[in-house]
Amino acid sequence: MTNAILTGLMLGGMYALIAMGLTLQYGVARIMNLSYGEVLIAAAFGAQGLFTGWALSPFAGLAFVIPVAFLLNLAIYRVLLSPLVRRARTRDALEVDSILATFGLAFILQGIMLSMFGGAYYSYSYLASPVHLFGETIAANRLAALAVCILLGGSLYLALTQTRGGTAIRAVAVDPAAAQLVAIDVARTAAFTFALGGALVASAGVLISTFLTFSATSGVVFTMKALIVVVMGGVGNMLGCLVAGLLLGVSEALVASLIDPGLTLAVNFALFLVVLLVKPAGLFGRASR
Amino acid sequence: MTAPLPVLAVEGLTRAFGGLVAVNNLALEIGRGEILGLLGPNGSGKTTALNLMSGALRPDAGTIRLMGCDIAGLPPYRIARLGLTRTFQLVRVLDGMDCRENVMAGLVFGRPHLAAVDINARTATLLQRVGLGGQEARLACELTYIDRKRLELARALAPAPDLLLLDEWLAGLNPSELVSGIDLIRSLRDDGITIVLVEHVMRAVRALCDRCVVMSGGRKIAEGVTGSVLADKAVVEAYLGGIAADA
Amino acid sequence: MNARLATFALLTAAGLSLMAMVPYLANAYWLALGISLLQYTVLATAWGLFSGPTRYVSLATTAFFGVGAYTVAVLGEALPWPVVLAVAAMLGAALAVLVGLSTLRLSGVYFVIFTFGLAELIRQLVVWFEVNKSHVLGRYVFVPVTQALIYWQLLALAAAVFALGWLIARSRLGFALRIIGEDETVATHCGINTTIAKVTLFVISATVMTLVGAVMAPRWTYIEPSIAFNAMISFQVLIMALLGGAHRLWGPVLGAVPLTLLFELLSANFPNTFTIILGCIFLVIVYLLPRGVVGLIERRRETSVPVQRRLPA
Ligand SMILES: Nc1ncnc2c1ncn2[C@@H]1O[C@H](COP(=O)(O)OP(=O)(O)OP(=O)(O)O)[C@@H](O)[C@H]1O
Ligand SMILES: [Mg+2]
Repeated sequence: MTNAILTGLMLGGMYALIAMGLTLQYGVARIMNLSYGEVLIAAAFGAQGLFTGWALSPFAGLAFVIPVAFLLNLAIYRVLLSPLVRRARTRDALEVDSILATFGLAFILQGIMLSMFGGAYYSYSYLASPVHLFGETIAANRLAALAVCILLGGSLYLALTQTRGGTAIRAVAVDPAAAQLVAIDVARTAAFTFALGGALVASAGVLISTFLTFSATSGVVFTMKALIVVVMGGVGNMLGCLVAGLLLGVSEALVASLIDPGLTLAVNFALFLVVLLVKPAGLFGRASR
Repeated sequence: MTAPLPVLAVEGLTRAFGGLVAVNNLALEIGRGEILGLLGPNGSGKTTALNLMSGALRPDAGTIRLMGCDIAGLPPYRIARLGLTRTFQLVRVLDGMDCRENVMAGLVFGRPHLAAVDINARTATLLQRVGLGGQEARLACELTYIDRKRLELARALAPAPDLLLLDEWLAGLNPSELVSGIDLIRSLRDDGITIVLVEHVMRAVRALCDRCVVMSGGRKIAEGVTGSVLADKAVVEAYLGGIAADA
Repeated sequence: MNARLATFALLTAAGLSLMAMVPYLANAYWLALGISLLQYTVLATAWGLFSGPTRYVSLATTAFFGVGAYTVAVLGEALPWPVVLAVAAMLGAALAVLVGLSTLRLSGVYFVIFTFGLAELIRQLVVWFEVNKSHVLGRYVFVPVTQALIYWQLLALAAAVFALGWLIARSRLGFALRIIGEDETVATHCGINTTIAKVTLFVISATVMTLVGAVMAPRWTYIEPSIAFNAMISFQVLIMALLGGAHRLWGPVLGAVPLTLLFELLSANFPNTFTIILGCIFLVIVYLLPRGVVGLIERRRETSVPVQRRLPA
């Protein structure tokens, strides 16, 4: 039971970090990015390659993966997505367009990874020594990953709430039209935030690769979980992300240990549905009618 | 002799967005065939009040009686079927459809007792009525701004409503359009339609409204016959001398 | 007008009887291809029936298809075939009512997300139930349904789905849905109960999809949840309908036919590039053909006959 809760909290922290990037991309850049999980897996493959090829520790690998992911996501936004933003007449139209475009991107990324790595599961052994905590045994890599996760999530939260740039980003999230009026470059902020979200999910991918097995096709599961966390927490809401992520992680771990590991997604969805029915705008969102 | 039932009677109507109370304990009454002006500076809660009456928003508290029947909190489609229709501050027409279909949209789902009317004839009459005669086949997206407003009005008139809510329907019209717009609304009243008119154009308010209710910060600050309400000191202050003075 | 209708009916009847002859004329390979074509045509058209007017992007196709297929796997031998189909249809409809009522009141994105995971959710529940309660995983389907019979049933479904679409487009429901597609707020203020309208259409579309799954089930002799609930079907149907153009009844078939053939070719010859091509088609739809092939045809027509575009009805 304690172990399940610890595992759940750890998973949940990871989900929160993953979802933070998506909530930025969706809340600020207004792009519902369904290729999100594929970016995560690509980063995991990157970390794995760096580790097995050049014996580079995944945490050092972050220094390489984060800027690359940032630039690639910036390019994706500039080339593929900003034309959609410009042509969209309504927010709904942009939503449908971005859903379809990023689905396309997801399949292309997945196809490329499939042809490079095949369908097999990958993992590598890094910091796998056991650590004792609260009378339970936990692998050191999980703890290290959680620590980095908290560091990244925490600094992002501070950056968003305490800096001028962060305030601009939050302003665009609340009301792009009004943000424009106070001399915020909305288009640039959106592009930057999209790239930032991409860098964030890539770093999550690197962290996850240290303790989970992954394959070219496992991205979609992460996309699903990130989506659920974002919606549950309320779009664009960082604290909501954290709470929803932890909720999801703990409930999942509890069900896996008490009932059946095969039911994790079912649990996610049950939670998701309950939240949607009771509070359609998310746990921390505002009512709309 | 009992007083005739008001078409609309609102009491204690309240709605907050987070900490902001957009409509605060609003009360008003409209008799049959009356045009009631709902005035107030920007952000005073006029549109929100209309949204509450038409069901687009759910009130936090208060009653809204349409012909004596409490409609507070009902979904918009039920309120529409009970005989209350509206236009929107930012005009909303069905862009991909032609004018005939736009009017039909208001006609065929609105009120059960209209099921038997000749839809084509009534649509033509309504378009004629708002000044779009013979434009049945024009796509709504091809219309000019004023014609879009006319089309929206025709849609709202289609189900022969007991009460019509107009949210700044006259805003943004040029002087000659304004004159014809005022005439049009007056003719609706002459046909016995009861109207709530949210408006900033004071010329229109003076020309059309029998009585006015003035809101500021979500509260009703004045109510009465148009001329005296517009001269009221609190009202002039609420508008900061701006709009009321130039009219 | 009536003469045109009569000609149209006659032509349709002739076309249908011609297509009904295929099992007598074609060998097993062509019959199988015909079945695939019909399967995707019905699925994509049913998808467009709901998503075309409402513009909700549904990824629930697999869920309904799977419910149909798995119902056959469970009940196929126990009950007469028509009863099995009826039960499948009812299960699909019931599921659609549940999903529709809980998600169609919400914004489009939530709907996509929910349907995205729905098939996986049901698959997990079925697996869990089979492993823990009925202690079987995977079932043999022994029902006396030949390939030709599958083909004919699909043909009948195709005829039914087109007839249904034609009728809906001319009904109050169809008009209500077009208004909802244009502007949902206006729709509710016009007196339309948008939830009922959307759920009704969703149920109709889902029931057809469920029936396709049920009809197709005997094609596999062995069914397990991962076969019945194969997520790819949702995506394939989605892009077929969008490539063809979901805003017209006959649009999805224009995407379903070429893409079925393409996928057949790809999975036989280049299995690895399948996902990449699928992704590229998504991008083509978004950037080059936002209104599908139908939109292309409509635009061509408009430019060639600019003045007569819309005559008073
Ligand atoms: N959906 C909403 N969510 C949050 N706040 C809202 C919402 N709708 C209105 N408000 C706020 O309620 C207040 C009243 O707005 P409302 O639109 O009713 O004013 P109004 O009197 O119609 O103004 P105007 O003359 O500019 O149209 C404003 O401060 C507005 O920002
Ligand atoms: Mg207003």
